[in-house]
Amino acid sequence: MSIEIEQPSVGLSKVAVSETHGEDSPYFAGWKAYDENPYHELNNPSGVIQMGLAENQVSFDLLEDFLETHPEASSWGKGVSSFRENALFQDYHGLPSFRKAMASFMEQIRGGRAKFDPERVVLTAGATAANELLTFILADPGDALLVPTPYYPGFDRDLRWRTGVKIVPIHCDSSNNFQITPQALEAAFNEAEAMNIKVRGVLITNPSNPLGATIQRSVLEEILDFVTRKNIHLVSDEIYSGSVFSSSEFISIAEILEARQYKDSERVHIVYSLSKDLGLPGFRVGTIYSYNDKVVTTARRMSSFTLISSQTQHLLACMLSNKEFTENYIQINRERLRKRYDMIIEGLRSAGIECLKGNAGLFCWMNLSPLLEKPTREGELTLWNSMLHEVRLNISPGSSCHISEPGWFRVCFANMSEQTLEIALKRIHDFMEQRKRDI
Amino acid sequence: MTRNQQHLLSKIATGDGHGEDSPYFDGWKAFEVNPFHHTKNPNGVIQMGLAENQLSFDLIQEWILKHPEASICTSEGVNNFRDIAIFQDYHGLPEFRNAVANFMEKSRRNRVKFDPDRIVMSGGATGAHEMVAFCLADPGDAFLVPTPYYPGFDRDLRWRTGAQLVPVVCESSNNFKVTREALEAAYEGAQDANIRVKGLLITNPSNPLGTILDKETLRMVVSFINEKSIHLVCDEIYAATVFSTQPDFISIAEIIQEEIECNHDLIHIVYSLSKDLGFPGFRVGIVYSYNDAVVNCCRKMSSFGLVSSQTQYLIASMLSDDEFVNKFIAENAISLANRHKVFTEGLAQVDIGCLKSNAGLFVWMDLRHLLKEQTFKAEMELWKVIINKVKLNVSPGSSFHCSAPGWFRVCFANMDDKTMDVALTRIVAFVHQNKETTVPMKKKCWQTNLRLSFSSRRVDDIMMAQCMMSPHSPLPQSPLVRARN
Repeated sequence: MSIEIEQPSVGLSKVAVSETHGEDSPYFAGWKAYDENPYHELNNPSGVIQMGLAENQVSFDLLEDFLETHPEASSWGKGVSSFRENALFQDYHGLPSFRKAMASFMEQIRGGRAKFDPERVVLTAGATAANELLTFILADPGDALLVPTPYYPGFDRDLRWRTGVKIVPIHCDSSNNFQITPQALEAAFNEAEAMNIKVRGVLITNPSNPLGATIQRSVLEEILDFVTRKNIHLVSDEIYSGSVFSSSEFISIAEILEARQYKDSERVHIVYSLSKDLGLPGFRVGTIYSYNDKVVTTARRMSSFTLISSQTQHLLACMLSNKEFTENYIQINRERLRKRYDMIIEGLRSAGIECLKGNAGLFCWMNLSPLLEKPTREGELTLWNSMLHEVRLNISPGSSCHISEPGWFRVCFANMSEQTLEIALKRIHDFMEQRKRDI
Repeated sequence: MTRNQQHLLSKIATGDGHGEDSPYFDGWKAFEVNPFHHTKNPNGVIQMGLAENQLSFDLIQEWILKHPEASICTSEGVNNFRDIAIFQDYHGLPEFRNAVANFMEKSRRNRVKFDPDRIVMSGGATGAHEMVAFCLADPGDAFLVPTPYYPGFDRDLRWRTGAQLVPVVCESSNNFKVTREALEAAYEGAQDANIRVKGLLITNPSNPLGTILDKETLRMVVSFINEKSIHLVCDEIYAATVFSTQPDFISIAEIIQEEIECNHDLIHIVYSLSKDLGFPGFRVGIVYSYNDAVVNCCRKMSSFGLVSSQTQYLIASMLSDDEFVNKFIAENAISLANRHKVFTEGLAQVDIGCLKSNAGLFVWMDLRHLLKEQTFKAEMELWKVIINKVKLNVSPGSSFHCSAPGWFRVCFANMDDKTMDVALTRIVAFVHQNKETTVPMKKKCWQTNLRLSFSSRRVDDIMMAQCMMSPHSPLPQSPLVRARN
């Protein structure tokens, strides 16, 4: 007699019982280890240092200074009416002053090399919501988006979980610094076709997570030509655009489109957020910028499920429409991130570890393949476990980013103080010294 | 966009599940192009289609001024800025969850306890409903919903989820009570059509009725869903808008606390601060489930619609202030009761009755006697008159899937006293104008809880009107007359 495992008697949906939320991946296991034994300078100096969290904590003082010198950002102005107006404001078009400020901030980040129309800015509660929302609009269940590897593990949930859409990887490897090639694009498209899956678009992250590098102009041109040829969409997640160490090195898809006089631009959509550049992930500020009117309208309607708190819109409208503040912030933030990057690269190099040459983001892409016992995924996970439990650093294994070659790890450097980073580097140094002695 | 490019979007995007193609948006458009303002536009359209609570902002403002530390941007609060700004844990700030649980308990007169660990955030109640639907239903599955119901459900529960709504028809003859027969009929109808029913969604207090489900009905509902083994989603978004205890509001939480046979895994509450506190802009939606798997699933899904940590912080501060909360709940109820009284008594003066109610931010107004004929077409015509001639945006019953024509939801809490006066004046004038020009119609029998039937009075009025046209009427001749001719 077979024993049937019963579903919970009043079943939940297939979406609910699936594992596409992705929390069973090792990416999150490291978090648990950290949560159980978090490093603290005084209270727990031998705890796990969190280097798996891409947060920007290097520029809070600039934000705090602004708040202290601009009390109007915190209050709702004089009288009951302005608080009331703000508390009642649930229009999915968003606060006009905030949309304007976002558009202008996005322009400033790109050094004025692209223009953004506030009417095309759609607001969502975080880039997480923005990516899911766009997927609902651009693809039907069972369809696919092509995503270059390695990619942000959260995409597995954001693009697929509730939408029923698939991800087909565009394989990139270290032979050419993981750049996206036309061959890889074609191969991914053909792979989908062979499985009878309809491809609806390509989603790139520029600057890349986890590579920490910007995509070159020529590659962007190729990608745009590819999607035009195949008549599919292009989503450019530019969440790290303000974290490029040197302004001139980042080229937004917006600039490419402007150079082409916006021909065929209705297939292009940009995702942005303030979580990384401003270090405000708790405020849930995401945007979709689309060159497609129907997408803007539909996205706006859908944003009803995920609007930004009007209280937060008001605060940020104040902050981001102050051009003096934003210019200064962007510049200083960049410099500080570059300094951190240089520090970690140098520290790793002196420990005998090389990283991919990066120029952006809150992390570096570290190559530990020489250390693998076996050049396999298992070998990588074994090494990752050592890093977690012996060295007590939570870093992200490349396999969680769907990379095909083992041994690469993403290491975040902006979510801690310089002192903590030094300690982390010392631990790595000691670990490498120990290994040399053991061999 | 070229036709070639149209096909580039998904079915969800190109369909009309967003719900905005409905004719009911005409009312909103009329308001938007010509909004009432006391001085700048005194002949504009008064918005009575928006269920907002604007009556208690002074209490909140007073609290905010006294508590600058509740904002992370003031000098008093900025020390907490960075910790809050980086806080994106989908469990939510513990103090936020505690404060919300506290408020929910107090609005239920502390007759129930809520576990803060079962509180899950979402992007407003809009986000909460969609999230629960994703969690409980597969595409094609259905929720039963008693009519009349909030039109937003059509979008929230169906658009991106692919779920369906099956109406549970409630009749005016028994004050739109939810009956066992109606539930069974709806359930069986779904079965016959091969539709799998996953749950029942009730709103208590009701939108648009403003009424409270009595204990008997709630118990009946609980036993129904247990028998059928389907989920029960209770939208209690109007819980703290209950302005009198006749009858008293009973939360589903109380029902299942009793010895009643109930599988708690079936029970889920949707809540929000948008109506009770008047903060729709802050997007504070809550899912409270007695089912651990649902709590876990919704928590993960809440990543798509978390409450801004800045707002969580403010709410945590405000709603953990017991003195403020108690004062707010009490005074808010009084303000709503007063406004409700003013409005319903004003309507009664011109023999317009409303369904007897003691909650919500609106009344369910009975205008069946003003319909040319008892059809939805006539209802739409009357509605157009109300928007365009009387210049009030009210919501026609058909937009709530009401089974019978002639009912309108009219919001009363989203304006100040002066605007309410103007609205009443316009209604009075309209009714008088209408009496002067309409021929008495055959009427259905009245509900016992409505006020006067005026068939006898009407004949007298018409006699008088023929002698005496008011030179001060703001309205031109009623188009109802023109239509008849």
